[in-house]
Amino acid sequence: MQSMTENDLATTDNDLECVQVRKHFGSVRAVDDVSFEIPKGSFFSILGPSGCGKTTLMRMIAGFESPTSGDIRIKGNSVIGTPPNKRNVKMVFQHLALFPMMNVYENIAYGLRCAGVSKEVIRTKVHDVLERISLPDVANREISQLSGGQKQRIAIARCMVLDPDVLLLDEPLGALDLKLREAMKIELKLLQHQFDTTFVYITHDQSEALVMSDNVAIMNQGKFVQIGTPQELYHNPSAAFVAGFVGDTNRWAGKVTRVENGAVEVATEAGLTMRGSVRGTGTPAVGDTVSAFVRPEFISAEKTGASDKPVDPAHNVINGKVDSILFNGANSRVLVRDGAGELIEADVVLTGSTQDLKPKDNVTLSWSPEQTMCFKA
Amino acid sequence: MIMKLAMAGLLATTVMAVVPAQAETLRLLTWGSYAPDELVKKFEEKYPDITVEVTFSNNEEMIAKLRATGGAGFDLAQPSHDRIYAVQQEYNIYKPLDLSKINTDVMQDKLLEGVKANTTIDGEVYAVPHQWGTSGLMANKTMAPDVKAWGDLCDPQYKGKTSMRLKRTILLGMAFDMGEDPFAAYADLDKYQSILDKVADKLIACKDNLKAYWKGGDDLSAMMMSGEIVASETWDSTAYKLYGENKDIVFVPPKTGALAWIDTFAIPRKGEADDAAYKWINFVLEPENVKIMSASTGAIAAVEGGKDLLPDDKKAAVNAAFTDADIDNLKFFANIPAGVEDMEGKTLEKIKAATGSE
Amino acid sequence: MMQKDIKRLSLILLFAPFALWIFLLIVLPHLGMFYISVREKVGPRMYEFGLGNYINFFAEPIYWNTLIRTGSMSLLVTALALLLGFPIAYYIAKIAGNRTRGALFLMCLIPLWVSDLIRAFGWILLLRETGIISSSLQWAGVINTPIEFLYNDAAVIMGLVYTVILFMIVPLVSTLDGMDNSMIEAGYNLGGNGPTVLRRIIIPYAMPGIVSGCIVVFMLTAGSYLTPILLGGKNSSWFTEQIYDQFITRYNWESGAAFGFLLLAFTSLVVWGGLKLSGQTLNSTVAKS
Repeated sequence: MQSMTENDLATTDNDLECVQVRKHFGSVRAVDDVSFEIPKGSFFSILGPSGCGKTTLMRMIAGFESPTSGDIRIKGNSVIGTPPNKRNVKMVFQHLALFPMMNVYENIAYGLRCAGVSKEVIRTKVHDVLERISLPDVANREISQLSGGQKQRIAIARCMVLDPDVLLLDEPLGALDLKLREAMKIELKLLQHQFDTTFVYITHDQSEALVMSDNVAIMNQGKFVQIGTPQELYHNPSAAFVAGFVGDTNRWAGKVTRVENGAVEVATEAGLTMRGSVRGTGTPAVGDTVSAFVRPEFISAEKTGASDKPVDPAHNVINGKVDSILFNGANSRVLVRDGAGELIEADVVLTGSTQDLKPKDNVTLSWSPEQTMCFKA
Repeated sequence: MIMKLAMAGLLATTVMAVVPAQAETLRLLTWGSYAPDELVKKFEEKYPDITVEVTFSNNEEMIAKLRATGGAGFDLAQPSHDRIYAVQQEYNIYKPLDLSKINTDVMQDKLLEGVKANTTIDGEVYAVPHQWGTSGLMANKTMAPDVKAWGDLCDPQYKGKTSMRLKRTILLGMAFDMGEDPFAAYADLDKYQSILDKVADKLIACKDNLKAYWKGGDDLSAMMMSGEIVASETWDSTAYKLYGENKDIVFVPPKTGALAWIDTFAIPRKGEADDAAYKWINFVLEPENVKIMSASTGAIAAVEGGKDLLPDDKKAAVNAAFTDADIDNLKFFANIPAGVEDMEGKTLEKIKAATGSE
Repeated sequence: MMQKDIKRLSLILLFAPFALWIFLLIVLPHLGMFYISVREKVGPRMYEFGLGNYINFFAEPIYWNTLIRTGSMSLLVTALALLLGFPIAYYIAKIAGNRTRGALFLMCLIPLWVSDLIRAFGWILLLRETGIISSSLQWAGVINTPIEFLYNDAAVIMGLVYTVILFMIVPLVSTLDGMDNSMIEAGYNLGGNGPTVLRRIIIPYAMPGIVSGCIVVFMLTAGSYLTPILLGGKNSSWFTEQIYDQFITRYNWESGAAFGFLLLAFTSLVVWGGLKLSGQTLNSTVAKS
């Protein structure tokens, strides 16, 4: 829908382009009119809930499905009708799909053998790539002898040794445990830098997408909702779906009661009143329903009456009672029940002193209208 | 030996377990069709305390079964007359008969005396005759009118349209056809071997002329009825059955004589129901029961006037096949001395393995 | 202590049926057979210990020729069953939907519901000179005179392949079923074409199933009796027929037992050779599927 005008480069510099790609299975529109361009050497993520069509899109890029209409171009050349083994697009599968009957060396050499590369060249290339993924000694190991993280890297090396134009990654971290997943996120990003190849990363996990990517496309129901840098998506979502999907947020549904050059006053269904800024497409008028989003880190929570510093009169202010404390070190949160009975999340700093918020404390929440993102429903 | 003991032990215990104290079970080991349901039912009505269990088999398997158990597991067996003497000497699987308990008066003298002579060891008689029949040729009169001798199966004018069973019968028949007397040669096995070698050469040369070797009555009947073959070696009963369906298909006694066999009654050494066995023997030789039996088997009972007790269609088939001269010319299978089965077996293997020009 | 005894007792109880089965039905008869096979008959009811029965086998070309013939035809049947069974198994495991899969499996099973004998007669009805195939070809004008398809080695092989193919398909389906589809896609994605993916990915992956199917099929074929006898021609002898003849027709149990052991040794040797060639072990194949 919205192409990346900011990063508009010459067409030939794009490793991958999709132009109005559609894929219909009967009456189901799995992928619906998707267009985007990925410049050379960037890390691009497609983020969306499961069933949004991202896997279908990726399978079309790899050549396992063909689009109902539209064009897919790699390095400026259309690959419609090109079989998967003739496309210079390699893929890391969800469960990696390493070949268990071959050892590490043979796994990596497989693609080179298919390409008819000579034995000596294969040997050099395989050892090079193993060196680059910092696993120089595993060539003769069996796949079953590798750890999860090692398998991951071998799966990437198996593709990278073929020097692909684009590397597709289909939620490859899904099968790993939490700690390893965190470590691999960073490693993937480093590998991408090292190989300087375009990575297209498919995931439903927003933190993976935000941490690693140069650009992220948010996909929902077969369409791209927004493409942008992680910061843009987080701070300037163009649609309510993006605001709700990317990052944690408090969300209210309400009706506009007043409109005032870019700002609105909203009465929520539960009966709160707050001021907010209008985002996305369409300017709401009085009486329109809107969704309002406020991220927890923009809400400050103070014990009622504890601070003598006056609250900025422009801010939204709500009094409530602490329902529970979610302690998580620097990312600690407090759940506050407001007068209407709803729970509001706010980030707090818990230092361990007696001044910290405790359950049942009366608190005053305040946040600025600029951070109250309102989207016309 | 261990296996034999174990099997005998197992059998003994099961037998003891299943046979109730009063009621007796007659375990009959016989040929397919030799114990028609109608007759078994009639027998059980006459002797309510006897139950009949029937196992169908053939000569070789009957002997193998009895040999495995040393003659246990069955109370009455019906091997052919030539399968008693040597087998008994070798494996000791039968027990002598008490002729006083058998109604031998009804039996045809010539057959009774013949069987007795063939199955007497140390003055004890081991078998009495039940039914007899012949092996010979079968031909479709319209398509193969000239088939008269065993050797005619190898006549090139019927190339690809004849058949035989690759068993000892054809070896003997072919030997007679070549002017030899194999039964006389049983006394001199070297002589017999030289006859077998000659027969083997002839049958190997003949292989090309055959469509296939038949393996049982069913495939023989199918080939004959469909006209795929026009002449074949056969059991007479199979030929009679086909005559009933197609009057052109007749049994042809070869000019050197049809080979005649007599199926007998013999009691296994460890049989446990001798009285019931004698009752069965006498029962099936009663004229009205002979009729039922012959209708089922197609063979002629070894009683006086046995041929007349055949059902009408079979009688017609026999009359169409045999003249009195043919009957006189019958060659009864002679007792098989030890070792002959092995010699014949080797010869048959040689013939089977020889690749004709196929 | 008590606990340990109970554990041991239950282990023994669990193992007992298996041990009894092995001992009574496998070991004991084979010991008996072996004992018989090393007896030489020297006269009526007189035997001597000796290897004469085995020597006879090697001295008589008809016997070992038949064994080699049986072995090579069984190998051919195995190869054909693999060739035909692999695409079927692949279709069932990878292409067919869940519902068709059950139906297809059932169709493969149907031949096993009738006895060997009936199956052989079915083939006889089809193949004989006046049978269905010959007469329909005549009717269609393809041939002028009836053709005999029965009573030759091709008929035997066809009948055997038909009988045993299920035993090839089942282990193949189960190994192919365990293969992640993405493995095949990865094979293409990394640049392999159809034949390469088949040769380098699918076949090596299915190797345990292939080998275990081949072992079972080979053993079944070499040990089959009725099909080769009923469909075979004038020259087609089968080794089991020799064993039957020795035991039953010729009353020569000694030689029959020796033949039985030779067949066992021969098939074991072929299976062992096959395992060595394919680099598999019994543990990775038959024990797995």
